[in-house]
Amino acid sequence: MSRVTEGRNPAVVSGSHVAHALFWGLLASALVIAGIVVGSRGFRDFDPALVSYAGATVFSAFGLGYRYAMWLRRPPTRLYWRRGWEIFLAPRRLPRHLFELGRLFVDSVVAQRFIEHRSRTRWIAHWFIAWGCLLAAAVTFPLSFGWVRFESAADSQAVYRAFVFGVHVFTFPLDSWLAPLVFNVLDIAAVMVLTGLFFAFYRRGRDRGALAVQQFASDMLPLALLFAVSITGLFLTASTHLLRGLQYGFLSQLHAVTVIFTLLYLPFGKFFHIFQRPAQMGVAFYRRAGAEGEQAACIRCGEPFGSRLHVDDLKRVETALGIRYELAGGGHYQDVCPGCRRRTLALAQDTAWRDAGGHNAETRRDG
Amino acid sequence: MSAERSDGSQLAFFIDYSRCIGCQACVQACEECDTHRGVSMIHLETIRRPDSVQTAPQVCMHCENPICAQVCPADAIKKTPDGVVQSSLKPRCIGCSNCVLACPFGVPKYDAHIDQMMKCDMCYDRTSTGRRPMCATVCPSQALAFTTREEIERTRQGTAVNVWRFGAEVVRTKVYVMMPAQGPAIHIDTIRKGGPAVAGPGREDVASLLDGL
Repeated sequence: MSRVTEGRNPAVVSGSHVAHALFWGLLASALVIAGIVVGSRGFRDFDPALVSYAGATVFSAFGLGYRYAMWLRRPPTRLYWRRGWEIFLAPRRLPRHLFELGRLFVDSVVAQRFIEHRSRTRWIAHWFIAWGCLLAAAVTFPLSFGWVRFESAADSQAVYRAFVFGVHVFTFPLDSWLAPLVFNVLDIAAVMVLTGLFFAFYRRGRDRGALAVQQFASDMLPLALLFAVSITGLFLTASTHLLRGLQYGFLSQLHAVTVIFTLLYLPFGKFFHIFQRPAQMGVAFYRRAGAEGEQAACIRCGEPFGSRLHVDDLKRVETALGIRYELAGGGHYQDVCPGCRRRTLALAQDTAWRDAGGHNAETRRDG
Repeated sequence: MSAERSDGSQLAFFIDYSRCIGCQACVQACEECDTHRGVSMIHLETIRRPDSVQTAPQVCMHCENPICAQVCPADAIKKTPDGVVQSSLKPRCIGCSNCVLACPFGVPKYDAHIDQMMKCDMCYDRTSTGRRPMCATVCPSQALAFTTREEIERTRQGTAVNVWRFGAEVVRTKVYVMMPAQGPAIHIDTIRKGGPAVAGPGREDVASLLDGL
C-alpha cells in the first residue's frame, strides 16, 4: 500500500518563522523611524502635535512587515513570489514587462476595472474608498513624518510656502485657487471615502449573496473604521468654519483615536490586501510566460489543460506541503486535467458498484 | 451555523452519480444561488458508460483540509466553522488558478473576466439558514440529495462514503458519495491514457477500488 499522508496542519507556525517575521517587522519599523529622522532633518520639521500618528505608523509598519514575512513563508506564496520576480526581471523580457506593468497599473490599480466586472456598485464603492484613502495617506503620512511642512512667508501673512524634506518647493497666496485645495485636501478625501462607503453599505445591506457570507470583523469593521475617520475629520472642518471652534480640542482627539486605531488595525484585517494584492500583477506575467512555453497534457485524455511551468511548480508546492498525489500505478494525479478528475470520480463509483454486483437502479432499493 | 432539521438531526449532502439523468436542472438552479447569481458553479460531466447513465454532477466536496486552500498563495480560500469551503475572498484572490489545478475533485472555476476563482459554496445563503441547496432541491432523481444520513441509509442501497485516496493523499470531505458497503474509502490510484475528453473510457481504464485504510 502506498504511503498515506494525512493530518497536516498548515496553520502550524514554527519558531524560526516567527523569528524571521519579527526581523522583518522590526526592520520595517526601523526604516520608518529612519525615514522620519532623516526626512524631518533630525526632527527640525517634525510636528510634535502629530507624534501619536507617527508612533502608530511605526507600530503599523512592524505589523505589516511581520505579516508580510509570515505570508511569504507559506510554500505557495514563496514559490510564486520568487518565480514572479524571476520572470518579470528576465533581461530578454524586461522592456516588454515594464510596458505591460504600466498598462496593468492603469487598468487594475488606477481604474480597477476587474472590480467593475464583478459588480458596478462594488466598483464605485471600492474606487472612491481606495482613492480617497490613498489621497489622504499621501498627505497625512508626509505631514506626520515631518517630510512636508507649510509656513507663512516672512514678508507676508497672505502668502504660504510649502517645503518638502526641508526644501522650498512652491509658494501660493491665500486667495489663490490652489489654497482652498491644499487646505481642504483631507476634506476632499473624506468626502470621497464617505461616497464609497455609502455605496458599500448600500450593497452590503441589499445584496443577498453578500449578506450570506459577510462577517462583522472582516467586512463591516473596516468600513466602520473608515467612516469614523472620515466623519470625525469633517467634524474638525465644521468646528473650525461653521461653529467657531466648538469642541475642537475634543474633536481633534477623537479624530486622532480613530486614525490611530485604523493604523493599528491595518496589518491584521482586510486592509492588508492593499499590500498583498499587487501580487496579482505578477500572476499576469507568470501566466503569459506559461502560455508561451510548453503546455501540460492530461495523462488521461491527452488534452492540454495548463502550462507545464504551472503544473511543475504546483507539484513542487504540493511536495513542500506534503500533498502526495503520486499514483501507485505510475504517474502523478496532478497530471490529470480537472475534467478527467470529475469523470474519474463517477467512473470510480460505477466500477465499485459493478464489482459489488449491485449496480443499476433496478437492483437497488430506491427511496 | 450547521444545517439541521427541527428534530435536531444533521443534514448532509449526498451524491449518487449513477442516479443522474442529465436533465441539467441542477445547472440551471445553481445560477439562482445568491452568492454567485447568474453563474452556475456545478459541473455536469458526460461519460460514456455502456449500460448506465451517461452524466454525472459534481459539486464541491468541501474537504476537511482543503487542498485548494493549502496551495493558494494569497491565502484567499477559507472554510466556515460549519465546514463549508467558500469561494475565494474577492479582496485577496490573485487569479493564479492554483486551486483549479490542484483540487482533487476538479471543482473550482477561474473566471478571467472578473479575475477570480469561484466555486460551489453549498448555497451558503440557503444552507446557513437550514434550507437545502438549490441543486438538491430541484434534482428529480435525487442524484444530489440534502438529507440526514439516517434517511439516506434507510432509502438507498450501499453506504455513504466521504474518505478518498488520490495516490497516497487522503482527503476527507463534508459531502458524501453513495458506494457499495465493502470499504470506507474510495481509492483512485491508476489512471491510464484513454479516449476523448468528453467520452471517458470504460472501466478497464480506471482502476478505482474500495480500499479499507
